[in-house]
Amino acid sequence: MTTSAKKILVLGATSGIAEATCRIWAAEGASLFLVARNQTKLEAVAADLKTRGAAYIDIAVADLDDTEQHPALLAHAINSLTGMDIAYLAHGILGDQTEAEREFATAEQILHTNFIAPVSMLTWLANYCVQRKAGTLAVISSVAGDRGRKSNYVYGSSKAGLSAFLGGLRNRVDREGVTVLTIKPGPTKTAMTAAMPGQSKMADVNSVAKTIAKAITAGKDTLYVPFQWQPIMFIIRNIPESIFKKLNL
Amino acid sequence: MPSSSKPSAPPPFESWGRYPSYAATILPMHWQQDFAVTAAGLHDSALAVGMGRSYGDSCLLENGNLLVTTAMNRMLHFDPETGILTAEAGMTLAQILDFAVPRGFFLPVTPGTKYVTLGGAIANDIHGKNHHVAGTFGNHVLQFELIRSDGSSRLCSPTENPDWFAATIGGLGLTGFITWVQLRLKPIVSRKIDYEGIQFHGIDEFLELTKKYQHVEYTVSWVDCASRGKNFARGIFMLGEHSEVPDALTQSPEPKLIFPFDAPGFALNHATVSAFNTLYFHKQMKPHVKTVQDYEPFFYPLDIMLKWNRLYGKRGLLQFQYAIPWESAREGTIAILRAIADSGLASFLAVLKAFGDVPSPGLLSFPQPGITLALDFPIKEGITFPLFERLADMTRDFGGRLYPAKDAAMTASQFQTFYPQWERLARFRDPLLTSSFWERCTGDRPSL
Repeated sequence: MTTSAKKILVLGATSGIAEATCRIWAAEGASLFLVARNQTKLEAVAADLKTRGAAYIDIAVADLDDTEQHPALLAHAINSLTGMDIAYLAHGILGDQTEAEREFATAEQILHTNFIAPVSMLTWLANYCVQRKAGTLAVISSVAGDRGRKSNYVYGSSKAGLSAFLGGLRNRVDREGVTVLTIKPGPTKTAMTAAMPGQSKMADVNSVAKTIAKAITAGKDTLYVPFQWQPIMFIIRNIPESIFKKLNL
Repeated sequence: MPSSSKPSAPPPFESWGRYPSYAATILPMHWQQDFAVTAAGLHDSALAVGMGRSYGDSCLLENGNLLVTTAMNRMLHFDPETGILTAEAGMTLAQILDFAVPRGFFLPVTPGTKYVTLGGAIANDIHGKNHHVAGTFGNHVLQFELIRSDGSSRLCSPTENPDWFAATIGGLGLTGFITWVQLRLKPIVSRKIDYEGIQFHGIDEFLELTKKYQHVEYTVSWVDCASRGKNFARGIFMLGEHSEVPDALTQSPEPKLIFPFDAPGFALNHATVSAFNTLYFHKQMKPHVKTVQDYEPFFYPLDIMLKWNRLYGKRGLLQFQYAIPWESAREGTIAILRAIADSGLASFLAVLKAFGDVPSPGLLSFPQPGITLALDFPIKEGITFPLFERLADMTRDFGGRLYPAKDAAMTASQFQTFYPQWERLARFRDPLLTSSFWERCTGDRPSL
């Protein structure tokens, strides 16, 4: 199965990883419906993907935090694409951990954007796919969701919730012919991580995107990208709590 | 794993020559609107930088902000009928080739590396092996958008804001921030180049070949800068044209080789360079060969090895490139090549070429009709810089000039003699923007 004639809905299309993945699909001639908050950025991304060979491009400016809009947005996208084979959920925020420790409103915002909003969207998307007995839901979670660490546990717990939700959803819809892919990227060089230290050690966004596109085509369940995060997180998950709580991670 | 710890002290930023290297704050620009937003919040001066392939300090800003544009690499429009491409300024020539070659198009002008951005190509008004027929890169730019730090925006073309167009082409990135560029690509039917290599002995033979082949699209020569006596100024005159036999237009493979470590200081010495030059000269067994080769080794022989500048070790290299006008081109080239050979310091990467008379559109463009010579010197304490200064003085005395994009060592007085029009460029400079090169060579500092 190639994605060449595929109809793909992309949420958070101006995120670095989403944009890089869309370039691969555009070069293959896919049809894309792109959703993001910022119109100027979204238009630049759409122009690029159109130029690179996308068969069809449509965009919608929306704040995905507004979950009440989700059913109408989804209907509009499916109507525009005349169907949908893949939904790629890439919207999310890093948030400010220190701020979130002081102010619950900040923590709540991170949880809402990274967990509540995707859960809402996935509910409607899953029902659409189950009804058609087909489709792939590819969702960007994070290695940070595998274990809470003091440096980013609010972000981490939002992604942990998302990963758990996706595991359950997969268990429900697999028998209905629907694929759910949980994507767990390690730190990747994008606009979201631009202010973080250790830029030179971060993964290249284009190779991360290539791996994601391949995993979607292959119908995988979970993906650690780059792959070395799988054994690293295996070790981190298995450190006894009595030791883990003393570490500076 | 994302975390939100504080960024540490800025690391030094190196240009391609690895000399000098200055601490700077790196601020990646992801979107066209990022510059205006970032500029409004900056208290120290800034400089836009792409791939950092300039050799010296024209892409550096000591203790300033480097606005790295490489994430601004979107295609905005392409017309397959005319070959007109509009793209964001951080797009590299390599990315353009990946896109354009399978569609039957090629760059109108390309330098010896494809790892430069559109913004950098304009800021340095780069040239290539077809300068004698096609002029500089700027000659093929149809228009671009320039944003100033006060948030104002200008569309610049030969007819719209032509003074800003001219100041920005070859303007060393000082006139504002280029967001997008429109240029015309040229059609090709094959990746292949019809290649000829002809041995020559001395500058007179080089000049004869230059004249004889002046209508061939691409010409460039490798010259042996180490040999004296009967082998003085021997070289290989290389010429090429795009093959007109239709062939597969595939994308280039990703480069796999990477120079693995910093070579020790003694790796490049007179003996190793002389041996290399003799081997290189005779690699071509016959005085005249004809063959067909892919465009990659023809245009980008060094791009096959990523980070090849490590060959020069941690101390880095000093590039020297002059353009001397025809009146004294022969005499000047012979005198300078002799001084280089006598110094025993030459490297093997020496390129000789005749520039044509297509006028450069830029106010401070480097190319002018005559001869250009480019070569690398390994940096050796107490030897390289005095030699460089003497060669720069000789260049000045022969009425020539040096190339700011390659420079780390010319003096302010040399620069101001080479480019008396620098004061006009200074009037177009954005008050936020400057470079270590500009401050070194003009003393013109930002008035923030």
